Amino acid sequence: MSDAPAPVVQVVGLSLGLTTGDPVVEDVSFTVGAGQILGLVGESGSGKTTTALALLGYTRRGVELRGGSVSISGQPILGQGISNLRNLRGKVVSYVPQDPGGALNPSLRVGDAVMDVLRAHRAGAASLESVKASLERVELGADPRLPRRYPHQLSGGQQQRVTIAMACVCDPPVAVLDEPTTGLDVITQDRILAELARLRDDDGMAMVYVSHDLAVVAKMADRIVVMYAGRVVESGPADEVIERPRHPYTRALVSAIPDFRRPRALRGIPGVSVGVGEWPSGCAFVPRCRHAIGRCSESLPELSAATPDHSVRCIRWQELASDGAEPGDGRAAATAVEAEDEALLQVDHLEVEYRNGRRRNTVVHDVSFAIESGRCVALVGESGSGKTTIGRCLAGLHPPSGGRIVFDGSELAAFARNRPLAARRRIQIVFQNPFESLNPRHKVSSSIERPLRVLRGLSQGDSRTEVGELLDRAKLPRRVGDRFPIELSGGERQRVAIARALAAKPDLLICDEVTSALDVSVQAAVLELLSELQRDLRLSMLFITHNLGVVACVADSVLVMDRGSLRESGSVAQVLNAPADEYTRRLLSAAPCLPDGAYS
Amino acid sequence: MTGRLRFMRSFSGAVGVTIVVFVVAVAIFGRYVAPYDPNVPVTVPLAPPSSHYWLGTDFLGRDVFSRLLYGGRSVITLAALATGLGYLIGMSVGLIAGFSRSRIDPVLMRSVDVMLAFPPLLFLLVLISGAGTGVEVLVIGVAVIQAPGISRIVRTATLEVSVRGYVEAAIARGERSYAVIVREVLPNIMAPVLVDSGLRFTYSILIIASVNFLGLGLQPPASDWALMISDNRQYIAIQAWAVLAPAAMIALLTIGINLTGDAIARSLGRSYVPKTARSAVI
Repeated sequence: MSDAPAPVVQVVGLSLGLTTGDPVVEDVSFTVGAGQILGLVGESGSGKTTTALALLGYTRRGVELRGGSVSISGQPILGQGISNLRNLRGKVVSYVPQDPGGALNPSLRVGDAVMDVLRAHRAGAASLESVKASLERVELGADPRLPRRYPHQLSGGQQQRVTIAMACVCDPPVAVLDEPTTGLDVITQDRILAELARLRDDDGMAMVYVSHDLAVVAKMADRIVVMYAGRVVESGPADEVIERPRHPYTRALVSAIPDFRRPRALRGIPGVSVGVGEWPSGCAFVPRCRHAIGRCSESLPELSAATPDHSVRCIRWQELASDGAEPGDGRAAATAVEAEDEALLQVDHLEVEYRNGRRRNTVVHDVSFAIESGRCVALVGESGSGKTTIGRCLAGLHPPSGGRIVFDGSELAAFARNRPLAARRRIQIVFQNPFESLNPRHKVSSSIERPLRVLRGLSQGDSRTEVGELLDRAKLPRRVGDRFPIELSGGERQRVAIARALAAKPDLLICDEVTSALDVSVQAAVLELLSELQRDLRLSMLFITHNLGVVACVADSVLVMDRGSLRESGSVAQVLNAPADEYTRRLLSAAPCLPDGAYS
Repeated sequence: MTGRLRFMRSFSGAVGVTIVVFVVAVAIFGRYVAPYDPNVPVTVPLAPPSSHYWLGTDFLGRDVFSRLLYGGRSVITLAALATGLGYLIGMSVGLIAGFSRSRIDPVLMRSVDVMLAFPPLLFLLVLISGAGTGVEVLVIGVAVIQAPGISRIVRTATLEVSVRGYVEAAIARGERSYAVIVREVLPNIMAPVLVDSGLRFTYSILIIASVNFLGLGLQPPASDWALMISDNRQYIAIQAWAVLAPAAMIALLTIGINLTGDAIARSLGRSYVPKTARSAVI
């Protein structure tokens, strides 16, 4: 682009490392022009947040600057004294954190929180009017009492808007956004993204957008920088990176994104990302790369220019460019399973309420559906729609207040402990958060063994051998059995949780947001595993999720929920392509998806 | 040192364990090396330290060093018994209240609040005046004082752990509440409970020492550190060792236990940090 605006952010050769010696980020360079958004993409542990924080002249405890320079609007950031930095932060470059609930001071009214930023940088302009004006810019102006509220009185989306208002109130030329929409549901995410785009267009603000979600980044960014193990592996204009990714990692990443408009079997990236201190001497992606050859691990590939504007760190990118697309396949899961007609699970007019003292709060209202044997039904909705509650009712963790749950011809008791052993064994649940679903004090093998002993009455010896088989099934190395959960990554833990559920030989598997805490590439691998298990073991599944892309990739039919009621149900193709309900249409239009020309 | 003894690697853990082992060893084995009978006057009262009587003599002329070697067993044993009993009661109440999620919880916890409203020492004095002085009364009294606070901590920790996936998975398997509590909940609330236990044990020692000091616990001529302080306090200007030596032993024990408790908590605490959080810290 010849008319590229002068760069506001200039990062040259940025290197950071642990004070103990290991490098965390090495030789990262990029520029961002006024009114541009740069997407910084990578898995957890890739150094993207460390890089983003360095733009504010900040390093986390234990991390130190090794070299390079960062300048914003011509002012050098690195090497400044703390008082100078304090002056620059918020005025020249501001930060929007990932978790607004944790980032806002819970004892400070939100108006005062915004005011604090003003006082620090523009004492003269610090007035209630300017606070209100800044809240209006993020569409929080409607409620005049909002500045007097405390963070806990706001929704997650509102909280994130407040942090954006705090970041923008002093009109800094640059904002650094660290996963600003992770943890928000799609409709809220869509609105926040629209507001960010507006701030960029109206005020010409430059943004560095850090995320692991390529679909969101593709929507927002002008340029994309892909990081892997602390180094830039590819950078270029957004559409070019999405449509013609050169690096095998970027390709795999794009292929791992579930997209409801293009349902396909996802392919995860095998293995796990190399951690800090484990960097190999050659290309760090070698252990997971399908195209790796001996030469790859000999020395670190240089960043080479594929086009003047697009660079890639791979020695084989030219050979691979002609290689064309990775072999794509259609939807494997949907066609392979011959569904039987009879319903394995029948839910009739389910009502659920939570009681808080005398107050009753209905969270599920008159929900009926059926799951046929061998089918995967997706339950979709925003947070608070009651979808998780339904899963918990099926698992016997929460009592319904009305309606019936019929499993294989007999009605189920409300609580698991009152259900017959067979019913408890045949219905299994996998939870959302892999970091909480395994007992940190038990070895993996002991966690998997428990259902074998309790639900299937196997002897110790028999269960030992079966644990090994289950680990194989979940595609985990057998030595994982001797580990404690803390030693495993999120994806590995979720596989263990799946193995634990499979140990019971279930007929119905309830998957409650099983991939929402995982990186995109890991998510793809877990979904791949689940689809395969469903096919091989003829499992029926209730797949609870907020991600429509995931629905398209795994499910046969879909139920859409909104505020406790079922809004629409039908086959995946029908609901996603021709939604009948207004709410479903809103969900679909808000769901981030890749542009049409994206690599596949 | 691996696994369970990892806490010993830290400075405070090593120092704490050394101190505790030293004081407990003195309390248990001291009597076998004591040079004199602790209850028989050996020379003039309130004699200063000398090569024969290392810490001098007390107001009746008994050897302070010998009494010091004898005087630890009672207070440590009583405190350990009382704390143990307190944990038995407090943990049961806390686990049941925190895990049940039914009407039992408010009933138990309000009873606990009522118990907490009594000033501990006053409660113990009332109990002793009613039931008489005796070792059993002392142990039960201190346990009852300790139990409410323990149950609150245990309940809070239990509430937090009870909503974790591994607990729910066990409930969904239909396991009995007892099995869920013992297998899934208990191991995961031990960190806060262990840290707290050091403080509680010290507190038991202090309460028992206080009661002994007030003359309502062990009765003379028993040799007991607290009783030694009490007996000799009037003569502190003349023979300070008779008061300072037992006081130093109680203080040492308290410090040692607290250092150990902190070190254990820190070593346990580390394994509670999820891996993501850990990599986010780098």
